[in-house]
Amino acid sequence: MRTVLDADALRAAVEQLSDRVADAMAGVPRWALVGIRSGGVPLADRIAARVAARGLQPLRGDVDITLYRDDLYTGLEKPVLGDTDLPFEVGGCGIVLVDDVLFTGRTVRAALEEVWDFGRPAFIRLAVLVDRGHRELPIAPDFVGAAVRTEQSDRVTVDWAADRVIVETRRTP
Amino acid sequence: MKRKDMLGLRDVAREEIQEILDVADQMREVGRRRVKKVPPLRGRTVVMLFFEASTRTRTSFELAAKRLSADTLGFNVSTSSTAKGESLMDTARNIYAMQPDAVVVRHAYAGAPHMLARAFPWSVLNAGDGINEHPSQALLDMLTMRDRLGALEGRTVAIVGDVQHSRVARSNIYGLTTMGAKVVVAGPGTMCRSELRGLPVEVRHTVDDVVRDADVVMMLRIQRERLGRAVLPSAREYAAFYGLDLQRLERARPDVVVMHPGPINRGVEIAADVADGPNSVILDQVTNGIAVRMALLFLTLGSGEEATA
Repeated sequence: MRTVLDADALRAAVEQLSDRVADAMAGVPRWALVGIRSGGVPLADRIAARVAARGLQPLRGDVDITLYRDDLYTGLEKPVLGDTDLPFEVGGCGIVLVDDVLFTGRTVRAALEEVWDFGRPAFIRLAVLVDRGHRELPIAPDFVGAAVRTEQSDRVTVDWAADRVIVETRRTP
Repeated sequence: MKRKDMLGLRDVAREEIQEILDVADQMREVGRRRVKKVPPLRGRTVVMLFFEASTRTRTSFELAAKRLSADTLGFNVSTSSTAKGESLMDTARNIYAMQPDAVVVRHAYAGAPHMLARAFPWSVLNAGDGINEHPSQALLDMLTMRDRLGALEGRTVAIVGDVQHSRVARSNIYGLTTMGAKVVVAGPGTMCRSELRGLPVEVRHTVDDVVRDADVVMMLRIQRERLGRAVLPSAREYAAFYGLDLQRLERARPDVVVMHPGPINRGVEIAADVADGPNSVILDQVTNGIAVRMALLFLTLGSGEEATA
């Protein structure tokens, strides 16, 4: 196990990410920060706080993508459903999807499909704290905190409580 | 939950009931969206096999399947081959040849869904078999109770009416007891015999008795077919002795939860102002029914056991 972002680096990454989002959204009349459960939710909260300091007040929502996963009956041991809450009109609204780690892109694909069931957004942008590579779909982030090199079999965790991002290597014998 | 069917609550463990209720809880949000559809059962086929009349249970199951993106097929017994004398197994074989993933079955004979579950690899959901069980109804009842009361452990639930012949009562008794609640039943002696001791309930005969200490009072529908026969003399007499009216309700706890599986006979087992009053959760039961049936379809069809070959 190795720490790829310590407390200082994590804070800097969140600030940089939030600044980039704020720069891009400055003139947008109606937009929302939408966290992808569960890792994206605390990140979206932090971004919301930082952009508020820049005078921006986006709408706020969260989505749980469990029912939209492409591996629902094959990959998961037991699906645990979380809350999806988009308490605003999605039609015509700019959406900034937020997730902590971007990997294959399948989670984002599921989130896109889910958001579409609520209405036709004006646009969707993607903000991620860590881009760990190994994309399996043509999905790219618009805003990134940090890029980290990993193996396919690694496990990347953003530990907000301990203020760090760690990578666990799983060695196959 | 790792079972391909939901046939009854008699042998369902506490953790499984918990899981079904938790998933149902989450499924409710789908019903509040504009586009009331999520993808898990996309392209799967769910057949409604109703050999007994039903509007609400059948509609509820159909909506549940459609909200999970499944396709549904209705089998109407009055115009079907059963009227022409086809046996249950032959009907099932013919339907199985259309490759459905699940069948929702309501039948006059207890055990019919169980037979269909054993004979074919599809998922079978029991929508009521004779006077045996009606598990989805009991589960939606428990979800509704949980909403109002929090945990069901230690609660007292009173079921009033023709308990003897009620599959709703039976499933509720099994489920509630598993979740740690206490069930007391009351009704006329002809409908609530002491032999009910086969079930884990306390049998009383006065409604006023059970209403006083209960957290939940569930009124069962008096089946009009039974009125005027030896089982029960008249609707008015039933209402006088066993119906839930405002006067009786006053003897209950102020926050008692009043339930009814529907359809209600206003003025017989339940007074109009009680059914429409603040203690009544009858309409919530209907909303919760769709969510519970979504949870059952989701869990049985995703149980990991292959549905069709």
